[in-house]
Amino acid sequence: MTKRITAVLFAALLGALALVSGATPAPTQSTTLTIYSGRDERLVKPIMDRFTRETGIQLNVRYAPSAALATALVEEGRNSPADVFWSQEPGTLGLVAARGLLARLPQATVGKVPPRFSTRSRRWVGTSARSRVLVYNTRELTASQLPTSVWNLVDPRWKGKIGIAPTNASFQAFLGATIHLYGEERVRSWLRGLEANDVRLYPNNTSIVQAVGRGDVLVGLVNHYYLYNVLADTPGLPVRNHWFRDGDPGNLVLAAGAGIVASTTKPAQAQRFVDFLLSKWAQRFIARGPGAAEYPLIKGVPRRPGLPALADIKGPKYPLGRLAADIGPAVRLLLEEGLIK
Amino acid sequence: MSSGAAAAVAPRGRRPPWLLLVAATLVALAAVLPLAYLALRALSADAEARALTPAATVLELVADTALLAGGVLVAALLVGVPYAWLVVRTDLPGRRLWGLAASLPLVVPSFVAALALLGALAPRGLVQRALGPLGVERLPDLDGYWGATLALTLSTYPYVFLLAASALRSVDPSAEEAARGLGSGTVGVFARVTLPSLRPALAAASLLVTLYVLSDFGAVSLMGYETLTTAVYVRYESLLALDSAAILALVLVALAVVLVLVASRLRLRGAIYRATPGAGRQARLVRLGHWRWPALGFCALVTGLFLVLPLAVLVSWSLEADPIVGRAGVAWAAAARSTAVAGLAALVAALIVLPAAVLAWRYPSPLTRLLERVTLFPSALPGIAVALALVFFGSRAGSIVYQSLGLLLAAYVLRFMPYALASTRASLDAINPHLEEAARSLGRRPTGAVVSVVLPLARSGILAGAALVFLSTIKELPVTLLLRPIGFETLATEIWKGTAVGAYSEVAPSALALIAIAAPFVYLLSWRNAWELGAAD
Repeated sequence: MTKRITAVLFAALLGALALVSGATPAPTQSTTLTIYSGRDERLVKPIMDRFTRETGIQLNVRYAPSAALATALVEEGRNSPADVFWSQEPGTLGLVAARGLLARLPQATVGKVPPRFSTRSRRWVGTSARSRVLVYNTRELTASQLPTSVWNLVDPRWKGKIGIAPTNASFQAFLGATIHLYGEERVRSWLRGLEANDVRLYPNNTSIVQAVGRGDVLVGLVNHYYLYNVLADTPGLPVRNHWFRDGDPGNLVLAAGAGIVASTTKPAQAQRFVDFLLSKWAQRFIARGPGAAEYPLIKGVPRRPGLPALADIKGPKYPLGRLAADIGPAVRLLLEEGLIK
Repeated sequence: MSSGAAAAVAPRGRRPPWLLLVAATLVALAAVLPLAYLALRALSADAEARALTPAATVLELVADTALLAGGVLVAALLVGVPYAWLVVRTDLPGRRLWGLAASLPLVVPSFVAALALLGALAPRGLVQRALGPLGVERLPDLDGYWGATLALTLSTYPYVFLLAASALRSVDPSAEEAARGLGSGTVGVFARVTLPSLRPALAAASLLVTLYVLSDFGAVSLMGYETLTTAVYVRYESLLALDSAAILALVLVALAVVLVLVASRLRLRGAIYRATPGAGRQARLVRLGHWRWPALGFCALVTGLFLVLPLAVLVSWSLEADPIVGRAGVAWAAAARSTAVAGLAALVAALIVLPAAVLAWRYPSPLTRLLERVTLFPSALPGIAVALALVFFGSRAGSIVYQSLGLLLAAYVLRFMPYALASTRASLDAINPHLEEAARSLGRRPTGAVVSVVLPLARSGILAGAALVFLSTIKELPVTLLLRPIGFETLATEIWKGTAVGAYSEVAPSALALIAIAAPFVYLLSWRNAWELGAAD
């Protein structure tokens, strides 16, 4: 009896080992790249798959929030298994670059995108642009009732009707830029105004769009493309994007971007991956794939129909290269005000 | 732990085999290693990390965490104790079935419980849709404190139920009969005799429940309620806030240690002992009479809310999900990984606690008792603290260790091996040491005697311990999120990822699969083992 149990257990162990080792990609193969992706798996998996099909290079992708990956890169230092960092947000890229952990990109790569979506030191390159917007519930509100500035959300008439995602990197980038442009005290009192207005806190942009669609809140601060992502799953949801007046910080245009990790042992393959992100196919997918609606950054790829032209979105004048320095104060402010605990 | 019997017959002055001592010492060292790493990191945090961890926020988080733990504890006791009394001590119709129904929620991970309760009771959830024709437009919001309390009560009341039921069975009926003879009614006897004699069991259950709440990540996150655990996670995901995360994780560990100390005090005070030695006599069942209707209603309400409703939500979502889209359906590869990794963790945990268990049983001394206690210590460690410590350890150790399956497995084993140790120890205590001596006098060497005679007798306890480790591992979320190798998605992480984008109905089949895999293991856990688990710390 005991022998049989031991035999069964042993067989189970062997089986389990086989399963587990089969399920784990081998990271040491020279044709495998490790990508740290702050971009959501559901949005970018087809791009990853296509890259592997075209190049034969296997990808080992760690999907996590951009800030978590930036933190991991800093923590790992030269030990990092990552070859490429593809981030949702330029501040995280800048921070990693500032610690000397990103390699310089060739001018040929950086030159494919408009200069405002990279920096002079060429440590990262923008892969798509997105705008901060206000989403609103079209059943409860008409466009004319919407605020013309993000500052106006502290008006008591929005009490209990606003959703934000304080832990989201794009929200923090918006806040950092606004602190830089208007000073910490103005932003602090705005945050206090939101709290006094019973602002509702959500874990991410998607849940804000869904909550606005359900009518749990009526407006929310998000990036513009989440609307299309949510609509792809739940068509007919009564939600739409709204831009504030020209120059308003609530219209800040941000970028997703990629950089090559300095400690990579496969710089050529890593370069290929970054260039692939700026290829026509990938840019088209990012702009017009199922549920996608970001702005492409290379010439000759059209944006999704129905979106305003990127040049027509008038955000605040703010160089994205500054974000690395400004995002820290934003996070600290959110912690001090208890919006992040 | 009742090591008295073993101590009385244990040979004095015999030296334990050094091999066992070395093995047990290594395991015990491994048990405290994460804490040491965490403490070093937290104490060396710079001014910026302290700025990210303002004292006011820490205090608020401690208060919010304590408030939730308190609320869940009260709710779990209010549900679990009367339920146990009805099942064990009354002529409630179908009591065995009700008992089974009360222990089944153990297989539902807290984040699945939260998910399903949200699906049912959200303002426009399934219940509202069912009530819609009656004019119910929306239900009150289920989130924040009350949502978290409800979900965690679902996850924890089975512990209270199991421990209380086990204790009720072993209460000496003569004390109750004496009270009744002195003129007390059913309620009076319950309040004055039964309840106080449950004190040790309830103290143990309370410790389990509150530690569970401290450790929980999934349910509180889904309900949008901030605790120390979620705050550690938020910092882990924030930009350069790992030191701050370490500080909060250390605060969390301190809170858990305080709970353990309080519980061990409570357990010892004012116990009522059996008047008669030897095998217990079962108490006479209380006749409920007309009271059986409200009693049945109570059990049906608890089972309906905490078992039937969540399962119904998951089933209805699974049917609703569109398999043509290709996103719905069970994530089979993840299910295989979950089962395999949980199986490995159970096996390793069951094996590596054997030295400590055998030493504490056969060679009781201050040293072996210390080794056992240290090895039990991680049961008080919240998962997120263990995971964070191993993240620090792993990212320094380099790519062989970092994000490897080995590190994830090590984390599971470290965190859950106390369950295996407690269970193994309990079954060893029931073995007469003379059996081992007999084997030795017949020529077996010490190790041979243990392997061929003792371990087979302790088999049920070892297996139950392994089952508990398996169950805990497969339900585990925060450790898995922080330490899984790239691409190594388990059922828990697949479900979690789906919830993050609101794709509830897509992950429902996977959630049901997780429950189905875990369910048989509840049968392996005897009532006694649940009791020993509670008494372990």
